[in-house]
Amino acid sequence: MNFTLTKEQEMVRNVMREFAENEVEPIAADIDETGRFPKENVEKMARAHMLGIPFPEEYGGAGGDELAYAIAVEELSRKCATTGVILSAHTSLGSWPIYKYGTEEQKQKYLVPLAKGEKLGAFGLTEPNAGTDAAGQQTVAVLDGDEYVLNGSKIFITNGGQAEIYVIFAMTDRMKGTRGISAFIVEADTPGFSIGKIEDKLGIRASATSELIFQNCRIPKENLLGEEGKGFKIAMSTLDGGRIGIAAQALGIAQGALDESVEYLKEREQFGRPLSKFQGLQWMVADMGTEIEAARLLVYRAAFNKANGLPYNKEAAMAKLFAANTAMNVTTKAVQLHGGYGYTKDYPVERMMRDAKITEIYEGTSQVQQMVIAGNLLR
Amino acid sequence: MKIIVCLKQVPDTNEVKIDPVKGTLIREGVPSIINPDDRNALEEALRIKDEHPDTLVTVVSMGPPQADVALKEALAMGADDAILLSDRAFAGSDTWATSTAIAGALDKIGDYDIIFCGRQAIDGDTAQVGPQIAEHLGIPQITYVEQLDIEEGKVIARRALEDGYYVVECETPVLLTAIKELNEPRYPSIKGIYKAYREEDRVKVWSANDYDVDRENIGLDGSPTEVNKSFTPPGRDSACEMLEGNSKEASRDLVVRLKERKII
Amino acid sequence: MAIKVIKEKCVGCGACVTVCPADAINMIDKKAIITDKCIACGACINKCPVEAIFKEEGNKGGVNIDEYRGVWVFAEQREGKTLNVVRELLGEGRKIADELETELTAVLLGHNIEDEANLLIKYGADKVIYANHELLGVYTTDGYAKVIYDLIQERKPEIMLIGATNIGRDLGPRLSAKVHTGLTADCTRLDVDKENRRLMMTRPAFGGNLMATILCPNHRPQMSTVRPGVMEKAKIDENREGIVQVVKPELKDSDIKAKVIETVKSDKPVVALEEAPIIVSGGRGLGGEEGFKLIEDLAEKLGGVVGASRATVDSQWIEQSHQVGQTGKTVRPGLYVACGISGAIQHLAGMQDSKCIVAINKDPNAPIFEVADYGIVGDLYEVIPELIQALDNVDDIMEAVKALSNE
Repeated sequence: MNFTLTKEQEMVRNVMREFAENEVEPIAADIDETGRFPKENVEKMARAHMLGIPFPEEYGGAGGDELAYAIAVEELSRKCATTGVILSAHTSLGSWPIYKYGTEEQKQKYLVPLAKGEKLGAFGLTEPNAGTDAAGQQTVAVLDGDEYVLNGSKIFITNGGQAEIYVIFAMTDRMKGTRGISAFIVEADTPGFSIGKIEDKLGIRASATSELIFQNCRIPKENLLGEEGKGFKIAMSTLDGGRIGIAAQALGIAQGALDESVEYLKEREQFGRPLSKFQGLQWMVADMGTEIEAARLLVYRAAFNKANGLPYNKEAAMAKLFAANTAMNVTTKAVQLHGGYGYTKDYPVERMMRDAKITEIYEGTSQVQQMVIAGNLLR
Repeated sequence: MKIIVCLKQVPDTNEVKIDPVKGTLIREGVPSIINPDDRNALEEALRIKDEHPDTLVTVVSMGPPQADVALKEALAMGADDAILLSDRAFAGSDTWATSTAIAGALDKIGDYDIIFCGRQAIDGDTAQVGPQIAEHLGIPQITYVEQLDIEEGKVIARRALEDGYYVVECETPVLLTAIKELNEPRYPSIKGIYKAYREEDRVKVWSANDYDVDRENIGLDGSPTEVNKSFTPPGRDSACEMLEGNSKEASRDLVVRLKERKII
Repeated sequence: MAIKVIKEKCVGCGACVTVCPADAINMIDKKAIITDKCIACGACINKCPVEAIFKEEGNKGGVNIDEYRGVWVFAEQREGKTLNVVRELLGEGRKIADELETELTAVLLGHNIEDEANLLIKYGADKVIYANHELLGVYTTDGYAKVIYDLIQERKPEIMLIGATNIGRDLGPRLSAKVHTGLTADCTRLDVDKENRRLMMTRPAFGGNLMATILCPNHRPQMSTVRPGVMEKAKIDENREGIVQVVKPELKDSDIKAKVIETVKSDKPVVALEEAPIIVSGGRGLGGEEGFKLIEDLAEKLGGVVGASRATVDSQWIEQSHQVGQTGKTVRPGLYVACGISGAIQHLAGMQDSKCIVAINKDPNAPIFEVADYGIVGDLYEVIPELIQALDNVDDIMEAVKALSNE
């Protein structure tokens, strides 16, 4: 067993850390306040090939690996969870299904610009009446000549409105239930495709989360991803990988909150000595650190499995369940350790606490993760 | 065009701390980085390459085998190839011996149009190696470059002064030293990182035997200067008088004291 | 020359490891092993309790040092006026020359600036070598290095001091490589080993975390660049006399490869930190760019100028010309007010010779208080406005104090 990162992964961490400190952290509070999508940083990330880390060079990727990608999301999220989820949704949800299920033509046409970072990707599965129960899809796609005609809407879509390439799920055969769902690649400028409501959120406030509306939206037949009826399988396997990204985001948020707390405890004095000298607070910090390290091992393990072709369905669910729980727990304690200051926007921990909550919800709530884990254990 | 960039791996002195009890440097856990000014030098070379794609950028560093990490990072930023000068014989070199060792290697590479260095390294702050290399190679130098234009066979550089600048024109080959005002260095590309490690032979390691350099002029013995002693800087002995009370009282106290001592 | 360990004597106590600034000693099987990182500083030799470490003197080349006599100072001029640092070099050079019982010579290169040459005598030079040539009016590396190199070869000075300005730091290393001698950069202290006629050049290393004293035993001249603002300025003596030797160097246009085609003076007001009697500096504790507004207000009130820590310059809150410290400027004003500056060693290196230091910081354990004369623990956003108000009412306050003490 070997717990050391490769030299490449080590350098990826250093570069991402430097990027997060120099480019992401300075605007994090501001974009949280205003909800402005940090387009300039997405462009900077594209220039450094950060938007296609796990994909091969032949498809415009960096030729890296899943663990390096998870580390990248972690490091960004340490300073800004919004930026972390932009990368995660683009890579795991928007790009990966095309890499895994796309034809060679689809990969050349769509994956290459996604992996190069020329275009941003998103993933549309959730509907008002189909959240955890993804099988309840109401969006329909009907084949009409050489085109599919899409009608319906999606909600809570990360990178919605900012992305140029979407992987969209729709019913091609209502009678077949989950086996009647198919996946499609939809370009943003397709007639009949529009952006609806943009959500005003508790956390990750600068990540675009929006409604997607399809009204007689005609897409070429070639944009069917995988076979007809395989959509549910594509969605579920995509989410397995996406969970690693979100788990890495949660891990980063927790680590960021611990970093802030450690600094604060050393600096702040009460009763004539720094807070770091109070044993009760030391105990809290010790627990926070231990939980984070445990989360890190789970997240890296899941990424390692995915990178090496090993099963990762259960591992990814465990990583996300535990890391999201850790993020919520650690950020809440971080606010507590900061006392009254922690509750203000003068310190970043209140933002981190708000950001943490979503990791227990999206890409499968914690309860869904428990279902997946239990399903694996009780098989 | 052929550009050589000399860079140094240095401990991040921002992270160096003093052990409060022993009064010594704590170097454990201090990350090694590419010297900041050298990054600006590399960036400028890469910008020239962006504009003139037929440009070849070679990075050269002298240091222990671990310094290859800095060169890999330079490759990830976009340099074409890298040479690490590593040999026990170089150990203990002062700036004169270092510049001699590097100049020998540059001479072997040959055919360069521009040699780029950073103005100075943050672990030594001497700013000497660049100009000394230029002298050893017998080529002109422009230091403290804050803006650069490349024209056919020559460079036009703005070299910074404390109170303005000179515009200096020089035919190539020429050695330039960069300051941070010159540009904003790019991040290493993730793709570049994987490529740099996959293609192992992109960092060549040269020992003193691999090129022509006089053994008497390198290492400790080839160094005209020697460190006689080193010590932590003495603190001031004046005990600080802490002015108590709220901001108003403390401020008044301070003004009274400064006035009484005729400082204001 | 190298640091060696006598294995038989080494007791493996590790004292050398803790004191090594270069992290160059490993303990293997309870014996100290010196690695390639060694900079031969000798710190471990003094620390070793059992005298198991020694310096092996090697066989170094060099010159016949007895042929070299005299102390030279490079009198850098811009637009025909010598810089302040030249007076500092003359002050220091005078002391060194007196100690060595030798001559102090100023080397001035320029075009039609006889008056400046005469002035250098009044500031303490015994002799001025004034190289007058139209190609020397503006500094060029090629022109200046050639002329001074020829002078050194001909007259053989034992010491040469150069101001560590942007130009001095261009010329110094070029010359040292040409002459084949050592150069110590940015010295903050110079001492003389009279017996061996050695210049002991002390400079900060590792970002000011460490001081190192450097020797150049076998090569001449012993060259040093000296940080502006550090040495005491020579005082003018109108009656002082000396010799001005005008030389006409052989210099052709083609000798100068890097040509200065334009000289531009900055229209931004120069921040004369080194000259300012009062400096108010801001650090990371300001929290942002806008904090410098407050610093400016206080500086204006005190009639001083604004300084800054490296952190604030790195964060681009303020321009680099304001930076005090190891990588910025060295200052020694009458009053230095450090606001929100924790006091990293690299900052202290640039200001601890100030006559009076006031520190305002939230953290009572900040190292800045260790060098301060007066300290106020508090939020600078509260303290500075109060301070400005107190300065506004200074007369009333002094009256009140007087009244109180008379009671």
